[in-house]
Amino acid sequence: MGYVAIADRDHEIEHHDPQTFISKYVWSQDHKVIAIQYGCTAIFVGLIALCLSAMMRLQLGFPDSFSFINPENYYQFVTMHGMIMVIYLLTALFLGGFGNYLIPLMVGSRDMVFPYLNMLSYWVYLLSVIILLISFFVPGGATGAGWTLYPPQAIMAGTPGTEWGIILMLASLGVFIVAFTMGGLNYITTVLQARCRGMTLMRMPLSVWGIFIATILGLLAFPALLVSAIMMLFDKTLHTSFFMPAISSAGMDPGYTGGSPILFQHLFWFFGHPEVYIVALPAFGIVSDLLSTHARKNIFGYRMMVWAIIAIGGLSFIVWAHHMYVSGMNPYFGFFFATTTLIIAVPTAIKVYNWVLTLWEGNIHLRVPMLFSIGFIFTFLHGGLTGLFLGNVTIDLPLSDTYFVVAHFHMVMGVSPILVVFGAIYHWWPKITGKMYNETLGKWHFWMTFLGTYAIYLPMHYLGFQGVPRRYFAMGNTDFLPASAQDLNAAITVSALFVAAAQILFFVNVIWSLKKGPKADPNPWDATSLEWQTPDTPPKHGNWGHDLPTCHRWAYDYSVPGYADDFIPQNVPPDIAPVGRDHEEDH
Amino acid sequence: MEIGLIVLATMLAALLGWILRQSFNTQPWVAEVTPDADHQAPFNAGPKLVALTTLLAVITSFFALILSAYSLRMDLGDWVPLTEPQLLWVNTGALVLASATLQWTRNKAMRRDASSLVPGLLLTGLLTVGFLVGQLIAWQQLTATGHYLTSNPSAAFFYLLTGLHGLHILGGLYVWARATTKAMGGDNDAVRQSVELCTIYWHFLLLVWLVLFGLMIST
Repeated sequence: MGYVAIADRDHEIEHHDPQTFISKYVWSQDHKVIAIQYGCTAIFVGLIALCLSAMMRLQLGFPDSFSFINPENYYQFVTMHGMIMVIYLLTALFLGGFGNYLIPLMVGSRDMVFPYLNMLSYWVYLLSVIILLISFFVPGGATGAGWTLYPPQAIMAGTPGTEWGIILMLASLGVFIVAFTMGGLNYITTVLQARCRGMTLMRMPLSVWGIFIATILGLLAFPALLVSAIMMLFDKTLHTSFFMPAISSAGMDPGYTGGSPILFQHLFWFFGHPEVYIVALPAFGIVSDLLSTHARKNIFGYRMMVWAIIAIGGLSFIVWAHHMYVSGMNPYFGFFFATTTLIIAVPTAIKVYNWVLTLWEGNIHLRVPMLFSIGFIFTFLHGGLTGLFLGNVTIDLPLSDTYFVVAHFHMVMGVSPILVVFGAIYHWWPKITGKMYNETLGKWHFWMTFLGTYAIYLPMHYLGFQGVPRRYFAMGNTDFLPASAQDLNAAITVSALFVAAAQILFFVNVIWSLKKGPKADPNPWDATSLEWQTPDTPPKHGNWGHDLPTCHRWAYDYSVPGYADDFIPQNVPPDIAPVGRDHEEDH
Repeated sequence: MEIGLIVLATMLAALLGWILRQSFNTQPWVAEVTPDADHQAPFNAGPKLVALTTLLAVITSFFALILSAYSLRMDLGDWVPLTEPQLLWVNTGALVLASATLQWTRNKAMRRDASSLVPGLLLTGLLTVGFLVGQLIAWQQLTATGHYLTSNPSAAFFYLLTGLHGLHILGGLYVWARATTKAMGGDNDAVRQSVELCTIYWHFLLLVWLVLFGLMIST
């Protein structure tokens, strides 16, 4: 039980009245505006990454039909698509976007604890995005080293973008990590210090739990990426030999001696695996809240859900080398990492069971956010199960360089979080904008995206089993592949273009809603958590008007027996008389 | 990677243990009337101390991972142990003194002894800047004896580690400069917490330096 005084300082209200347009919407210190800035920037770069993937698919589906795609820029597309999607879109959107918007509202605070630092976090993030985008236009173009940036090829002549692209990439990552750290300090401190009265840790909605633990993972794991980025920058610009082995390049000796590319892989994946959960845990949390709200049932096994998030977070630090089975590691190492990897399946499976059990006998409303949430259960389960294959060394070795892996990680880390992103945007849209979206358009958007992504990634598993190699610009001399493999590739490309085009529906919906959408009810889903109980919709700066809310219960009091309404908001005290009939006898 | 792993595991274990203690015997589904009076805060510290502690955890992770890289890189064949300049002992002494002075200043400030605040802060700054200048001179001595960044990974790590540690000190000096300016303006109450937080940060960076220094002279 811990309540904190600083959230109670009502005199802070006076500080919360920015006057001009600039201070209100540009140099804003309001967590909600910063969240929207983060979200829009992330979605903007995400669209660029989506275009890059479309161009990759054009080459793969219809080889050599497009003169603007050559091997060099194909690799640049691959690299930038991966890096943007994982870091600049998903990490920024879940933590900078949803974290910023939801944490203060859900825990009943007026704002983040350090609003100025929060503002700084966004602008530094924007700087990192700008540096990243500049790298497309420098001599040599963006780096084409693959999103993992493995040395030595990442900085050796022959890889696209080794002149400036790789330097800007590493610099951008460094700047991003600084931005993330500033944001992360805020999220942690706000959760620990600025909860309203009665909001104990175990009364927080699971969205906050997911974001909180993901932030801790990020704060501890991003330093590994920073270390590897700094050391690789040294190798590239100052010719140290941290990672670079003695090697000759085009008959010349570039002067490197004895460094270890494997060392880079260790550092990179020490960040890279927790990164998967930095993206997944907020998605887990948000989807739990969406399912519970739209099924009108309390989340099944709340405490178990919290502990599963914590367990997954802890375990995610000891599985990194399962990304390196093909690096020639000691078999005992592989055995250890395969074991820890498979152990992660336990808390993850608990979560999936609990989601399904939350739906069991629920009063399910198939609104758009619910569709996306249920879609997420399918895609996540699917991607998780192929993860069980790849977690085993002996199965990973032959599959590692095939499309099976591409299908796996896109299912688990691409499609699944993106479905949650959309679900969450639809869910909180009425609160964020005060307008309703078009339900029909939203449903079309869901079905086209959900079925379309299945049409992309399900066939990729078969291609992987056939041995179709990933990362290749062109298949070349691959007699072991049946000719139909290329037909399947073409079909995948068509599906990919279809899904990309389907996203237009989302933006149409956004624009329609902002211009003509009907005014939203303050709590259109009859939800219990505090963000739906604000005095204004959208909430004003300071969130709560004059008095901060007091929390009396958890966020999952749906369909409580004996109450007329099928939900009880968190700020309703328990001594209110149950409304309705002679309820005691019923139970 | 063992070093990084052990350090991280310790930090995570402490944190998760705390969270589990908070959550174990609770029944979140039970609604209770929340009294108006405040209960004990989880940390009495206040948000700035929580944020600083979190930042120190991040920096710990950062240096632990570099040390992991150091120990992995050291085991490869081309490592030639570096003979560090003797000046580093003097620098270490300066940093220890800076930490001690700041602690003394903090103790005085806690006892509302305003007179020693500014001199204490200035002396701390002087010693810390002295440490940084000493580190730069150590770099010069190394290059003068032919140990460049590219000559051996041991030298490269020396420049990298001292440089990164120095950057963190510079960050601390920024906060120190703000606090000192405020203290010179006579705003002692506002400065008290800054001094307290600076003290923690200084002790922490001293500890980091002792670990780095110990590792570098022993290998």
